[in-house]
Amino acid sequence: MILVTAIVKPFALGDVKSALERLGVLGMTVSEVQGHGRQKGHTEVYRGAEYNVDFVPKVRVEVVVDDEVVERVLDAVVAAARTGKIGDGKVWTTRVDQVVRVRTGERGPDAV
Amino acid sequence: MTASSGVQVLSGVQVGNTAYLLGCAALVMLMTPGLAFFYGGMVRAKSVLNMMMMSVVCLGVVGLVWVLGGFSLAFGDSTGGLIGNLDFAGLRDTTTVVGGDAGIPLQVFAMFQLMFAVITAALLSGAVADRARFWPFALFIALWTVLVYVPLAHWIFAFDGFVAERGGWMANTLGALDFAGGTAVEINSGASALALAVVLGRRRGWPQQPMRPHNLPAVLLGAGLLWFGWFGFNAGSALAAGAVAGNAFVTTMTASAAAVLSWLALEHRLDGRPTSLGAASAAIAGLVGITPACGYVDTFGALAIGLLAGVVCQLAIRLKYRLGYDDSLDVVAIHGVGGLLGMLMLGFVATSAVNEAGADGLLYGGGPAQLGKQVVAVLATAAFAFGVSFLLAWLVRATIGFRVDAEVEAEGIDEAEHAETAYDYTPLTTTGRSLGAARTEETPR
Repeated sequence: MILVTAIVKPFALGDVKSALERLGVLGMTVSEVQGHGRQKGHTEVYRGAEYNVDFVPKVRVEVVVDDEVVERVLDAVVAAARTGKIGDGKVWTTRVDQVVRVRTGERGPDAV
Repeated sequence: MTASSGVQVLSGVQVGNTAYLLGCAALVMLMTPGLAFFYGGMVRAKSVLNMMMMSVVCLGVVGLVWVLGGFSLAFGDSTGGLIGNLDFAGLRDTTTVVGGDAGIPLQVFAMFQLMFAVITAALLSGAVADRARFWPFALFIALWTVLVYVPLAHWIFAFDGFVAERGGWMANTLGALDFAGGTAVEINSGASALALAVVLGRRRGWPQQPMRPHNLPAVLLGAGLLWFGWFGFNAGSALAAGAVAGNAFVTTMTASAAAVLSWLALEHRLDGRPTSLGAASAAIAGLVGITPACGYVDTFGALAIGLLAGVVCQLAIRLKYRLGYDDSLDVVAIHGVGGLLGMLMLGFVATSAVNEAGADGLLYGGGPAQLGKQVVAVLATAAFAFGVSFLLAWLVRATIGFRVDAEVEAEGIDEAEHAETAYDYTPLTTTGRSLGAARTEETPR
């Protein structure tokens, strides 16, 4: 099992969610996060005074999937979140040792 | 005399003018909660309530001071053109009709003028955002109304024979033009705000730390309410529903519209984008600039004042960082400089063609005399307002203290001064007991 973590622009969330559902990925965890990549945020101007906004709002999408579908999941998320501009985000994977469904006690792939 | 409907109409009252002025007074009242939104949106989220409360408390403090004695001292019979008397204290006399042919009940005029006093006091709070204690501010405002606003209102707004027999020196002896408050309201608030900012000192971290506006939609809402109310402020200052009021309405709209465009154009050139805070600030700058002039200039004069206000006030804001005083929300640059601009421009573009009571400026066939009178009024207002406000603020600071502690300033003035916070970001942060808690627990679900 693999945990796929995607940090994407907030407005891309709808497309990412649709793309995952089309692949049969039904459960997901979404959280609002802030951060920056290489471009380090942006600048805002108020009555001539410049403020650097270092951390910009992003959405973190987390799903646990079987090993066989992980490549397709990565492709789908990247395709859905890509605008080609700076700040589109990152996606990475992490190996998951064990998953337990709280309601039934099922373990492993059955619990995903 | 008594009308058949049972409505009592005092002898000499002009019903149309009275109705008009009552409506205008209500419009001007709305400017103060509008200002609360304008200022509230510009501060950080942790001090928005304190910012708004400083406007709200002015309605209470100035309202009472004005009714009890402030109005009478401003518009009662003058001693040497400097201050009125206490003949109208408490506004008990309901039968007096003032303004000669205008035919306005004294109480209606007093309420219209009250709203001016309230909004002027509330304007000052913009200079001390994020760091003034609440009750000391309220005390300062009470003293300031009597010792700064009332004398200035007397000097410029109290005309011989309008309410009392003898009025103030600027209006009658000097003959300076100020239709709706370039001196008593705008330059006064700017100069007094500068005194407050200097006495209280900078916010901790300013200008290194970012203190950007936390809610720009609120700023735009507030600017909209101010703009709306300003028609009562300016057109109402004609004190009669007639041609001069109509001209004031036209010039007010023209100047504020022009200021929005000139401000945004300059901002785009200097900063690369036209911003919403710029648009809101621009509208106010244009309205401030036209305030003294609205009843004495034609449309082209208003256009010139508006275009200049959008440029001059914006450049004045940028000076703050060079000079190093922390006038948090730019009261000095927008109201002080804007009022100064309008007062001086009157010397150039005033025209008696729109108002017989006015004069002709340099560009309309008049000599330099009117400009000279405007300069005297401006200097006297600025010096008096700054000097007395500085002493009052210093006195409050030295006795009961004016600033919050460093810790309070860092963590948020709303919670320390008012036991409230503006926004409930997550239920995780609020635990405690509500008054209905006991009863709720007994109710089975």
